[in-house]
Amino acid sequence: MPGMVPALLVLLLCQLAGEVLVVALGLPFPGPVVGMMLLFLGLVFRGGVPDALRGVCDGLLRHLALLFVPAGVGLMVHFDRVLQDAWPLLTGLVVSTALALGVTLGLLNVLIRTAGRPGRDG
Amino acid sequence: MPEGTDIWAFLAASPLLWLSLTLLAFQAGLWLNRRLGGSPVLHPVLLAMGGLITVLLLTGTDYETYFEGAQFIHFLLGPATVALAIPLYDHRRQIRALLLPLLTAGVAGAGTAAISAVAVAHLLGAQPRTLASLAPKSVTSPIAMGVSEKLGGLPSLTAALVLLTGALGCLLAPLLIRLMGIRDDRVKGFALGVTAHGFGTAHAFGISATAGAFAGLGLSLAGILTAFLLPLAVPLLPGMGS
Repeated sequence: MPGMVPALLVLLLCQLAGEVLVVALGLPFPGPVVGMMLLFLGLVFRGGVPDALRGVCDGLLRHLALLFVPAGVGLMVHFDRVLQDAWPLLTGLVVSTALALGVTLGLLNVLIRTAGRPGRDG
Repeated sequence: MPEGTDIWAFLAASPLLWLSLTLLAFQAGLWLNRRLGGSPVLHPVLLAMGGLITVLLLTGTDYETYFEGAQFIHFLLGPATVALAIPLYDHRRQIRALLLPLLTAGVAGAGTAAISAVAVAHLLGAQPRTLASLAPKSVTSPIAMGVSEKLGGLPSLTAALVLLTGALGCLLAPLLIRLMGIRDDRVKGFALGVTAHGFGTAHAFGISATAGAFAGLGLSLAGILTAFLLPLAVPLLPGMGS
């Protein structure tokens, strides 16, 4: 795959720059998130996504679920805590997910309808 | 001929075994999930986690040994977070056109998710570190785990809670969409992305391409908002202000 090494290098350098910025400025954000903003700004500045970069990023994002597995297995270290807090955790998850869905659906529905010009239904 | 136990002792200490088993468990999870009708409750990641934890417990392997091999996959979370800039860039026109409604709904949705989760868990007596691990659970794992670490939570606990939230979101969304009479696919997709991150985005692509694109946008937006605002909002969260 031509251009794969430069594409990987771009991703890693953005992340590296993000991590350095976070440490240097004492920011309370994760370094990779700052790296994402840097890459976004870079793309806006450049005016397009290079094919090789899109290929590498698509590959990463298409298999995003796999990347969660190692950390998820770490749950075994926290079995005691999870069992201890099982009831508050489960209730918190169900209530907050339902509320957040309701708020987002309702609010955006109203806002788009009032902001949207007539004849522009989704 | 070496004894079977010798071979096991050699393999169990090598990163290659646990790296291979992680990929194998995920592949098996994908297969099993398809077999069982693609239900979001039995997500491939949850199945793979369950299988791997069972193997580790049965073989008496500790997490540190496992992680020596699995860290190669885990490391890719950072570059994958940076890669989220691509869908964000692809949707920049739609973002600009609907910037205010999307930002408002995104802040309200992501805020409701974090605050209500922490408030309910705190009321029911969860410990502070559990609360810190719970707060960022609605956004995509690489971001949620970074935020959890910044808040003094346990990133691996957050990873598990993120996965559960995703599965729950996909279960609850169709009910709420029908109940509230939502017809606009942009609204459906965005809400799925904001509240159920990657799981919701995959689910939204099943509704329509528009819903999928807006879910990707919701995922990125909620991720950024949570990463930037949640650490600043910690003193306002019940049970977490110092």
